[in-house]
Parts: sequence; structure tokens; C-alpha cells
Amino acid sequence: MTGIITLIQAAIVFGTVIMLGATGEILAEKSGSLNLGVPGIMYIGGISGLVGVFFYERGNADPNGFACLVIAMSCAIAASFLAGLLYSFLTITLRANQNVTGLTLTIFGSGIANFIGGSLNKLAGGVGQISVAATSKVFKTSLPGVSDMGAIGKLLFSYGFMVYLAVILAIVVQWYIFKSRSGLALRAVGENPGTADAAGINVTKYKYLATSIGAAISGLGGLYYVMDYTKGTWANDGTIEALGWLALALVIFATWKPANTIWGSYLFGILYWMYFYIGGLTRSSQELFKMLPYIVTILVLIFVSTKRRRESQPPAALGLSYFREER
Amino acid sequence: MAKNNELSGKREPLVRIVRRTDAGRIQSWGIRIAAVLVALVICAVLIYALVKMNPLEVYKAMFFGAFGTTRKLWITLRDTAMLLCIGIGLAPAFRMKFWNIGAEGQILVGGVATAVCMIYLKGLPEILLFACMLFLSSLAGAVWGLIPAWFKAHFGTNETLFTLMMNYVAISITSFCVSKWENPYGSNSVGIINPGTKEGWLPDLFGQQYLINVLMVAALVVLMYIYMERTKHGYELAVVGDSENTARYAGIDVKKVIIRTMLLSGALCGFSGFLAVSGASHTISTGTAGGRGFTAIIVAWLAKFNTFTMALIALLLVFLDKGAVEIASKFNLNDYASQIITGILLFFILGSEFFINYRLVFAHKEKHAVQAEGKEA
Amino acid sequence: MQENTAIKLCNITKRFGEVVANSNISLEVRKGEILSLLGENGSGKTTLMNILSGIYFPDEGEIFVDGKEVTIRSPHDSFELGIGMIHQHFKLVDIFTAAENIILGLPGGANLNLKAVAEEVNALTAKYGFELDPNKKIYEMSVSEKQTVEIIKMLYRGANVLILDEPTAVLTPQETKKLFSVLTNMKEDGKAVIIITHKLNEVMEISDRVAVLRKGEYVDTVNTSETSENALTEMMVGKKVSLDIARTEPKNMRTILRIQNLTCINEDGLKALDDVSFAIRTGEILGIAGIAGSGQKELLESIAGLQNPIGESSILYEPKENERVHELVGKTPMQIKELGVSLAFVPEDRLGMGLVGNMGMIGNMMLRGYRSGKGIFVETQAPTKLAKELKEKLEIATPSINTPVSKLSGGNVQKVLVGREIAMEPKVLMTAYAVRGLDINTSYAIYNILAEEKEKGVAVVYVGEDLDVLLELSDRILVLCDGKISGIVDARTTTKEEIGLLMTQIPQKEEEANGEE
Repeated sequence: MTGIITLIQAAIVFGTVIMLGATGEILAEKSGSLNLGVPGIMYIGGISGLVGVFFYERGNADPNGFACLVIAMSCAIAASFLAGLLYSFLTITLRANQNVTGLTLTIFGSGIANFIGGSLNKLAGGVGQISVAATSKVFKTSLPGVSDMGAIGKLLFSYGFMVYLAVILAIVVQWYIFKSRSGLALRAVGENPGTADAAGINVTKYKYLATSIGAAISGLGGLYYVMDYTKGTWANDGTIEALGWLALALVIFATWKPANTIWGSYLFGILYWMYFYIGGLTRSSQELFKMLPYIVTILVLIFVSTKRRRESQPPAALGLSYFREER
Repeated sequence: MAKNNELSGKREPLVRIVRRTDAGRIQSWGIRIAAVLVALVICAVLIYALVKMNPLEVYKAMFFGAFGTTRKLWITLRDTAMLLCIGIGLAPAFRMKFWNIGAEGQILVGGVATAVCMIYLKGLPEILLFACMLFLSSLAGAVWGLIPAWFKAHFGTNETLFTLMMNYVAISITSFCVSKWENPYGSNSVGIINPGTKEGWLPDLFGQQYLINVLMVAALVVLMYIYMERTKHGYELAVVGDSENTARYAGIDVKKVIIRTMLLSGALCGFSGFLAVSGASHTISTGTAGGRGFTAIIVAWLAKFNTFTMALIALLLVFLDKGAVEIASKFNLNDYASQIITGILLFFILGSEFFINYRLVFAHKEKHAVQAEGKEA
Repeated sequence: MQENTAIKLCNITKRFGEVVANSNISLEVRKGEILSLLGENGSGKTTLMNILSGIYFPDEGEIFVDGKEVTIRSPHDSFELGIGMIHQHFKLVDIFTAAENIILGLPGGANLNLKAVAEEVNALTAKYGFELDPNKKIYEMSVSEKQTVEIIKMLYRGANVLILDEPTAVLTPQETKKLFSVLTNMKEDGKAVIIITHKLNEVMEISDRVAVLRKGEYVDTVNTSETSENALTEMMVGKKVSLDIARTEPKNMRTILRIQNLTCINEDGLKALDDVSFAIRTGEILGIAGIAGSGQKELLESIAGLQNPIGESSILYEPKENERVHELVGKTPMQIKELGVSLAFVPEDRLGMGLVGNMGMIGNMMLRGYRSGKGIFVETQAPTKLAKELKEKLEIATPSINTPVSKLSGGNVQKVLVGREIAMEPKVLMTAYAVRGLDINTSYAIYNILAEEKEKGVAVVYVGEDLDVLLELSDRILVLCDGKISGIVDARTTTKEEIGLLMTQIPQKEEEANGEE
């Protein structure tokens, strides 16, 4: 029983990182931007938040928890928004190829984050020595009294606030895309920009905003990873990149519906951590278990393409740039 | 309905974007080279801001880092060969407009297959061993390419996302093998394979450890150029990439071409894995591909699939990488600086393509540029 | 200007490069009337209406809406002025419901209240007599339902002027009837309706006035009640113009392709070709006339092996007299080629099918014959030689034979394609709209090539839109109407009016096609 609870807890923490990444990416993809720069953006979000509070906590003997929170969040959001803006400028205005631009953004983002992260480590005196204790504590604080609430309480309430924020964001984005007027326009842009344009929708504006705001949300995934998952430290081990690609997988798995990322991400978490809780596995066969989320995603991708159910397809104009005079 | 005061009077958009078709080869390359120069200047400023070193000195140091000693030179050549080899593998797929971003995985399975041979088949005559390594590494890569290609050809399954996922399956398989072959126990690494006997290591040529890598890839540059430009296969895949309808019109079996081309693309990426394991590191890890599968996409794309241009771009990227590492170690920064520089450079090159394909037309020139519009449907 | 004028166009001119699509056109439409805009393909109807709907910006001329001069720069401006255009290719998002498409892009509260929209839509449909389920997805709809969505979309936006581009082209007779009753309701509601069409019977049935365009120029506007189908045909096609295309008497005619009961289904599940039977003969030019989209594309593609004909369809190829006959239906282009059927095909979409845009002339010359020769290498000498010859002979303006053909002008692109197809010395040569978008000189160059091929004994199929050319170039003319053959006539004795009528309606009694063997 405890085993299952710890498994689910681990899965939820793991899932939250990719849920944020995927929610942001869905927003971008719904506008037609296949942003393969998600891993890079998550890197940028994570490192910017860390840098912000690192210098704040260094300069303040008694850092204010709320200020830590605001600084971390706003740095992460602003930096990843800018990364999204860069991608948008290149692909939308300059019509560079989306895949190549996204991959470049991933290279660039991981470079910049690991460069700064490595320098911070050096500044702080070694890997794991970065001290943003106050901030990490804020991110990890759960509801008081949870430990007394038994299994259910632990399952539901033992996490930092971003676990709940991610769920709320997924629901809000789901509502925005599928229930709001502006979301309708956004979907039209991703499905058929020519039609959207003819209906008087500003295609460029929608693509820019969706891609950049999506990037900001994805960036929060990176921040959560740094502040909660690794407790406010930095390691150049490439985990964020792996999680970023998994977030892209989750987008497919969720068939472009943010609400599905909620259970999908937890399921990915369970699949990812399951080896830990299954007895009798050698370490090498544990490694094989880690491919499960990807295998499942491939199966979903194949299933979706053979079924041809219209609602589950990728946005029809995904990956294409739009130029009104080319028709 | 008459709320249209702002609609009266003639106002046309201030700036319009018009597709241009007149940029010649010289002009195109001029724009690209200008982009590279601007990027290098920006990088120089950035480096100056970080280390307060004269930018010229910086590039001199970078040059030393890449070519300064014989050993550095050979390592630069070796890494260029590796990156280029992957790019050569990707080129036919991308020319066919098949987005194979699964080179990482194809390299890894090729590398794993090579390591399998080195570990389990040692004792075989050298020729036979190398034949097995070559064959199995290419086969593994080809299978990794075939799976998404088959689904793409038959169901139109999105190959970008499929090949991406295949990378992580390959990583898991590699991790599995690494922990199986762990040496010494608990190190979570395979260590150098056959360190004493050097079985399955690509041999030195004229006393140069990496000459054989460079020569093999150089041969591939020529062969792939010929394949794409001069053979029937190469012609067919180019037609498919341009327009599937035209391909059908000409009687080309589009499915067959997709599958065949991806077998080749995967096999060459698998071969790159062989180069990485047998010809360079003599070990296998999840870092064997090291993101080069992604960088090579950019190499192939920017070179417009011309293998000789790809060689230049690969060299430029490896040079930047080595150079940045040199600066980093000199100034006690870390190696990731090279990725930043690479990123900036690539952003500029990508952005510059716009100015080759489009032209900005300002309102007062409007009358001269009306030819670009369509006809009655 | 009259009180009830909804829109007035004054001296509108629109050029595309050297082609003048609209020349100095003045036209007005009144509130509470249905105006038909009549003209052949390429007469500039759609261009003119696209100016009104904000797709094109006119080079010269003024537009007045409700008596005020306006500038229409975008579809958005057009909406604001109460103009709604229903294009031939619907602008709908497939995975949305009708209601979602209808409110797309409209301002309003953040929350989408689709129930309320559905109610409003239902009110509109009731008012004008449509039938539509607002919650149905577009991809589940028939063509006529999609059209209904487009019309309601415009009405919902408060359009007072409704422009429909060939609305009946895709409808069954019953659906057409329903549409007309809806249009009448709208007219009675005080809206102005413009329908672009070339179906005379419909013009007579529905419209109050008819405006006629011919070759980009305005001919006249007449009251429907004061005119007749024959008078309109004459206005539409004009006096016969002599083009001086040299036409020789056909020699050594014999059937090389026998098409029987050919039936094809298009993407929308409708019959694009319906039980078509005729013969293609060597040494003659068979002209194919018909309104755009009457099945011309499917007909040629079926013969080339690019369609999947259904039912009893049969295409028989007789290489020589009394030789073995081959069935082409069910074969791929490759298999057809392997049978030794020497078939040249100049498709309508030159760069999308037929040429490789990113390759130069040499690469495109290879497309037909690259498989020849043993070994894995493509042979480049012959294609290079051919490219040079064609460049010289057809005066193809290209910087070099390596310049990607997508960078050439339309006329030169066509010369590359036609030149290549002729060079394979075909027995059958099929061309679709071979001179579309070309200037006069290039057009004549193409006509001469076709006439030469006929002299050589090739069976030439010429799908065209300019009736003058069809009459002077062809030996027989096959007229398609709604995927069926409405007649096969002798080009030497027929008249423009006869073809014009056949294009728009199938004769009641199935006449024996007179050119048939």
C-alpha cells in the first residue's frame, strides 16, 4: 500500500513537469507551430528562475518567501516567453522552417542553461551547492497537517503548489481552446489559416501570442523541475531535455487536448517509475521499462493515423507557415 | 452599415512581402555569408562581455582550439567526419521531405550493434568481425528508419513525431545494454571495450588513428553526391519530395521510394554509430550520439542537401564547438558556451533564408510589383 | 444613381502582369434584386467579385456602397460593408461545427455560447427556408449543406449583398431548387444577390437582371424578362472571331482509345464522370468543351491511370489495327507505360503534376524517360540535348537550362511541359487548358504544335475554355456537362451558340453523337 502511494506521489511530481511542458506546447501547436524547442524552453525557464532567486537569496540574509516566489516565477515566465518570441519571429515573420528552428532553439536553450547553471555551481562552490533554500521551500510547501490525513490526504495534498497550478493551467487552457471565442479563432488558425484570415482573424497575432504564451507555460515546467524535483539545485545531466521530449510525446498522447495531459502525465509518471516498485527487476531490465511512455506514445500515434478520427488528428496546418498570397 | 469612414480614401498596406525568384546563386550566398559574419560579430561581443578579451584574440584562441596541434586537428577532423556522416545519411530523407529527426536513435542502435559484435564476436578473424560490425550496425539503423517509414507510407503517420519517439526507445535499449555490460561493476558505464586486444577498433592508417574515419566519410560524400544527383533512385526521391502528384504522374511508386530511402538513411546513421564506437570512443553510452543527430539535420538543411557544402558547414560547426571549448577552459568557463554560439549562428543563418526567398515591397513601389499576384481561379 | 442601388462599380480595371482580367468595368446591383453575372470561363467574373470581397485590390476604378465611395482592402473590410461572398471553394474549417464556423472571427464575449448561436442560426434558417443542423461537423456534410453554412455565415454577419460564385455547380437539381427558393426569400427581404454563373436556364429562372462579361470586358446589362437564352448566348460568346489557325483535314483516322461507360467519383463522393463513352482517333484533334469542373480533369486522369474509375468503366487501347487490345482501367501509370502505350499528358496543374518545380529543364526532361538505359545511373546527355533544343525551338526564356522551372513565367513553364511531352513522340497527346494564362504569341505556338502533332498522325485531345479556339482548332468537339457527354459535334459545322447551349444543359433526347463511328 505504501509502495503504491509513493509510486503515485512520485508519478505526480514527475508528471507535473511534463504536464506544464505539454500544456504550453498544445497551445502553440493549436496555432500551427510545431515547436521542437520545448526542451530548450524548459531549460531556459528553469535556469532563469534559478538565477533570479539565487542572486536575491545571496543578497538577502533573510529572504522573503513571497518575494522568492514572485522573482522565480516572473523570471521563468519572462525568459521562456522571450524564447517563444524568438521562435515566432523566425518561423512566422521570417518563415524559417519550424523543425529546424525548434531544434536550434533546443540546442541554444540547453547551452545557455547549462552554461549559466555550470557557472552558478562554480560560484556556489560545487554541484548541489546552489543554495536557494528559501525558494525551494516555498515551492515544496504542502498544506499543513497533511501527514495526519492518511493515505488519501497524502495522495492528494502532499505536494507543492505548482502541482495544483499545473492542473489548473491545463484546465484553463482546455477551456480557452475549446470553449472560448478566442480559442475558436486559435483553432481555426491552426487548422486552416486561409479560412481564418478570410474570416477577419489576425493570423500572425494569434500565432505569435499562442506560441509565446505556450512557451511561457512550458518554461514553468522547467522551473518546477528545478525548484521542486531537484530541490533548487542544478545538474548538467540532460534530464530536462529528456523530459522536454517526453512533454512533446505527451502532446500526441493527449491528442492535443490539455485536459488529457492531466491523467496522461501521471500515467507517464507511473510508467516511468514503475520499475522502481516492481520486485525482482535487474537494473538493466529497469532501463527497458523507461521506454514505456515512448512506446505507448508511438502506439497512440499509429492508432490515431490509422483511425483517421478527425478530432484526434494534429492541427491540419501544423508545421506550415502561412503566406496570404500563396494560394 | 455606414460605419466605414475609415474605409474611405485609398490606403494600401505600408510594407508588403512578395516572393522573389530572382536571387541568384551569388546573391544567395552573399546573404548567407553576411548572416554568418553578423552572427560571429555578435558572438564576439558576447564573449567580450564575458571574458573581456579582445574579440580577435578570441577567434585566434578558437582557431588554436580547433587546429592548434596535430592532435587537436585530428580530433576536429574526426568529429567533423562523424557529424558529416550523419548529415549524409539524413540528406536523402530530407530531400524527399521526410522529416527524419530520429538520427539520434538510429546512431545509437548502430552503436549498440557495433558494441555487441565487439563484445560477443571477439576472436573472429578481423575481416569477418568488421564485416559483421558494418553489416549489423547498418541493419540496426535501417530497421530504426524502416519502422516510421512504413507507417508513413501506408497510413501517413506523422514521421516527425514518430522518429522523435524512436530516439528514446533507442536510448532505453542503450541504457539496458550499458548496465548489462557494465565494467567495472557499479560504474554505470561500459568502459573501453577490448582495451588490450583492440579488437573491433578501426585500425590506424599511416600512423594516424582517425585517418580511416575521415577517408570513409570522404568517400561517402562523393558517393552520396552521385547517388542523389546521378542515379535513378536519387532522381525519384527528389521528385517525390517536390510533388507526390508529379511522382505518380511519372509512374513512380511513392510508397516504395519512401521506404527505400529511409532504409538507406537509417543504415547510414547506423553506420555513423559504428564510426562513433569502433572508430572513436571504443565504448557505448547513451551519450554516444550526443545530440549530433539533431545538429546534423541543420547541417543537411542549410547545405540544401549538397554533400560538399555539408562538409563545410559541419567543419564550421565543429570548429565553433572546439574553439568555444578552448576559450571556456582558458577562462574557466564551461563547455556549454559552444552550444550558445552554435545556436546564435544557426538562428542567423535560418533567418537569412527569408531575404533570399522574399522581398519587402514598400507602398510607393507598389505599382512595380504587381506581377507577383495570382490569376483568376 | 438610383435610390435603391446597393453597390456601384465604376471603371474597374485589374491586371495580372500582362493579362487584363477586368477592363474598365462598370456595373450596379440594386437592393431587392437578383443579378446574374454571366460569362464564359476566364471572362473575369470571379476576379471582379473578388475585388468586391477584398481578395484583390483594383488597379483602377471606384466602388460605391450605398452611394458612398469605399476602399476594400481585405475580406474584413468587405464584411464591414455588408458584402458577403460565397466562393466556389468553401472557406470552412472542416473539424468545426456549422455554428462554430458561422461565428468564427466575430467579436463578442469571451465565453462561447454555442447554444445561443445555434438558436440564432435556427431562427435564420427558419426565416429564409434553409435546413441545417448547427451542431453538425463540416466534414460530415454534403456539398449543399456546406454551401448552406456559407450562406448563413454571411447572413449572420449581416450581409446585405450576397455574392455566390457558381453556386449550383456542385448541387443536384433538387438542391438547386431549394437554393433558389432561399435566394428568392432573401431578395424579398430586401437583400441584393449576385450569382456568378454560366447556366442559362438558371439565369432565366432566377434572376431579375443579367450582366454579361466577355473576355474581361463589360458587354451589357439586360432585364431577364426582356431577353432570351439565345440572345444571352450571343452576348456571352460574342461574334465568331477568326483566329487563323491552320486546320488540315484529318488523315488516316482510326480509333486508338475506346472509352466505355467511364464513371469516376470525386473527393466529395459525387460522380465527376457519369457513364461516359466515346472514341479517341488518330490524326484528329478532339476538342473537349465544358464549364470548368464538368469532369475534364477526371477524364484525362482516368486515361493516364491516375484515377480509380468504378463500375463498368473500360478504356481500351488498340495499338494497331487488328492487334491485341489492352484494358487500361485498373492499371498504374507505370503499367500503362510498360504496355507500350505512348501517352503524353499535359495536366492542368503544371507545377503540381507534370513538372518538378525545384528542378531545372534538364531534370524535368528526364521525368518521362529516366528509367531507360541499364544500370543505376540516369542518363543526362539526351535530356540536356533535348532541353537545349527545346529552349531554342520553343524560345523558352530561362536564364539557363538548370534554373528551377518554378522560377519561370507561366508561358515558359507550359512550353517546357508541352515540349517534353511532344518529344516522347506520343501516339496520344492529351492537354488540359494548354494555353491558360499564356499570352497570344505563346498560345499560337502551342496551337501550331498541336496541329503539327495531328499531321503526324497523333491522336490529340484538347481540353479548352475558349470556344473560338476550340471551333477553329478541333475536328470534333465533345461537350461535357455535369460529368456527362451532352454532345459530340463536328467542329467545322457547329456554332458557338450550339456549344454554349450544350455546355449548360443536356439535350432532353439522347441524340446519337454524330462524330461517333
